[in-house]
Amino acid sequence: MRNPRTATVGTTAGVAAASVVACLALAGCSTPAAAAPGISDDTVTVGTHQPLTGPAAAGYASISAATKAYFEYVNANGGVHGRSIEYVVKDDGYNPANTQTVVRELVQEDQVFALLGGLGTPTHSSVLDYLDQNDVPDLFVASGSTMWDDPEGHPNTFGFNADYVVEGAALAQYTADEHAGSKVCVFGQDDDFGAEFLEGVELALGADGVTAHESYSTSNQDVTAQMGALQAAGCEDVLLATVNGFTALAVGTAAKMGWSPRWLASSSGGDYPTLVELLGEDVAPALLQGFVSANYLPFGPDGEWVELFEQINDEYNDGARFDGNTVYGMSVGYLFAEALAQAGEDPTRESLVEAVESGKLEGNGILPLMFGPDDHSAFDGVGITVVADGVQDYVGATYAVGGGKVTEVEPQPVELRGGGVPAP
Amino acid sequence: MTATRPAETEEIAVRDARCSDPRPARRLTPTQRILLRAVVLTLLAVAATFLLDPYRNYQLAVVAATFCATAGLTLLVGLTGQLSLGHAVLMAAGGYGYALAVNAASSAGLDGGGAAGAARVVLGLVGALVASGALGGLLGLAGARLRGPYLAGLTLAMVVALPALTTQVPALGGDQGLAVPFEGVPEVLSLLIVVEQWHAWVAIVVAALAVTPLAVLRSGRAGLRMRAVHGDETAARLSGVSPARVKVGAFVASSLAAGLGGAVLCLVTQSVGPGRYDLAFSLLLVVAAVVGGLGSLGGAAAGAALVVLLPWLVDTVTGAVGVPADLEQRLSGNLAVLVFGALLIVVTLAWPGGLARAAARRRHRPHRPRGRTDAPAAPPPPPASQPLER
Repeated sequence: MRNPRTATVGTTAGVAAASVVACLALAGCSTPAAAAPGISDDTVTVGTHQPLTGPAAAGYASISAATKAYFEYVNANGGVHGRSIEYVVKDDGYNPANTQTVVRELVQEDQVFALLGGLGTPTHSSVLDYLDQNDVPDLFVASGSTMWDDPEGHPNTFGFNADYVVEGAALAQYTADEHAGSKVCVFGQDDDFGAEFLEGVELALGADGVTAHESYSTSNQDVTAQMGALQAAGCEDVLLATVNGFTALAVGTAAKMGWSPRWLASSSGGDYPTLVELLGEDVAPALLQGFVSANYLPFGPDGEWVELFEQINDEYNDGARFDGNTVYGMSVGYLFAEALAQAGEDPTRESLVEAVESGKLEGNGILPLMFGPDDHSAFDGVGITVVADGVQDYVGATYAVGGGKVTEVEPQPVELRGGGVPAP
Repeated sequence: MTATRPAETEEIAVRDARCSDPRPARRLTPTQRILLRAVVLTLLAVAATFLLDPYRNYQLAVVAATFCATAGLTLLVGLTGQLSLGHAVLMAAGGYGYALAVNAASSAGLDGGGAAGAARVVLGLVGALVASGALGGLLGLAGARLRGPYLAGLTLAMVVALPALTTQVPALGGDQGLAVPFEGVPEVLSLLIVVEQWHAWVAIVVAALAVTPLAVLRSGRAGLRMRAVHGDETAARLSGVSPARVKVGAFVASSLAAGLGGAVLCLVTQSVGPGRYDLAFSLLLVVAAVVGGLGSLGGAAAGAALVVLLPWLVDTVTGAVGVPADLEQRLSGNLAVLVFGALLIVVTLAWPGGLARAAARRRHRPHRPRGRTDAPAAPPPPPASQPLER
């Protein structure tokens, strides 16, 4: 028995040693590289992580389809600096564990030039450090967390949404202006989304201005207890820091209980067409009459941007349902195309980030973009929209937050030029 | 390992009798052989990372972490017959233990790279061991009193309860989970390797530290006791073996390994949350152990690789075949589960002992003609998989 076994061990060790030497000789596969990935003479590849399946898919799956349609429109019109934009969409099911995998796949396998519009606070925050370590431009994150605005800690990351503090403050201020002295309550997601929104509400109303506060977890689809508590507290205005699915759930659950307070929802959960789909065509118009939300994109039914986006949607997106997500997805695409145009003939990751930081980007929002070397947030204010007879539109009230104060401002919409294809 | 096992039991007896033997033993004890083998395999795996691109190295790290859990699980089910459907929760316990310890350490001043980083990681691993060991001990205590489907039910309930638990306990960070500091490549190595490869190294070393003790346990007296308890509790008790103690011990050992796996996943992905450790993942760990071959550590490694790589492989194939977008979206995530199910059925039909058993049989086949000509000697079944055949 002895000899064969000793021989086996000896052979194994020999093979091992040989393999180690061979592998060290071949070293280089994982050594740090310096080339600029994702860009060739005629293409630019960008990637994103989106919830195409899972709990958030119902509200947001159409965003990436809209962005893709917009890029196809740009490519059909000559692209940017002669390069067409390739857009790689990966499904993460709104699960941070998947996000970590698919983003590594995008960066290392698909060699994307930049990440564009990664969706969700819990999902995207789990890859923030990874993207920073790999110097990947992380543009226009689809979430209103204040986490993205950290030029020192994450110099390549830029947000897109008006942050939740701004939205909470603006909606609360609007309530205070319209219904002075009413009982204001907050219903929010049990993460940074809900916490920052509440911070904004308290900024506008004072720490004791909130009568009651309830929260939910996305993994639990029952909000009866929370609605009951808010009703018992006598809330008249309920501010919602909810995703679309839970806005519908809150409104529907309250209606079943025979309770109808005034609802004011963050832009993340206040898209009327999406809510109608979730609540049902028959009851939604009645339930959502007077529904207040915030927005910062050209959403009004008869603007030139919406007209263009509707055309693109018909031509390149098979005429999919046109809603706030469509406008959102195409606006993100437009802003990226603008940044790419500004980044020069031969863009690098550095010049792309510099272009965003230059402050020259206009975007298509109703307020000027805030981007600059010291500010990586897109919007510091929002406009108020109200649903009237099945149409959601701006009512003119627009608020900006700065220096710990909420102020009413004038909207400054951007004019549509060059058929919506940015020129350098 | 598998092929030589019948000799080991004999060797243990020999070794025990040899204690007074004055002659220096040239021949290695089973433990020494396991250690040597572990060192060789670890070096091989570390060397292999040089052949992989960063994304493959990331996958390798995840495989190593999953291997920790499947190795513990295969030992638990294969040797003691305790079926745990909740090993994902034990991994999660390790992950949370790691995150809490690391975050506490970095707020206490250990927040740099270099030596501070290494100390932080070690503290984190200790945290993972404490958390998973404590949870595993509790579950094991309950498990020793429960039989068959009831233990499976209990562990299954743990998986289902995990998201609710993380939402209710504020320190666990809800659905978002906890974030931990990034562990970069040490200064000396930063020109040679990228961070994914470094993480793969850490994962391989931790996996070796988690799995080697399991191999030692299995080949020694503890392994014999586990088999005895699984074979016949009454007989084991009559021989002076305490079934309860053996079962709890096996559960704790298996939990500690799973906990280290969770800690590695947390380190590699810089976060821990309930999303990763859902019911599907927990059941996949069992599938990995069964497909690999219950009781076999090599099988557990193969199973872990399968669990990590198959979904990616399936996605790559559907992407390459050019499935229409809406169909692809519908298949996304579901097809892999389907393939796993089919694989499980095929493997159990073709090789009831799993991949490890199939590989062992193949190794034996060429030797057959050289054996005695009168009786075609069937290879002795490895004791590890015996309980399956009862």
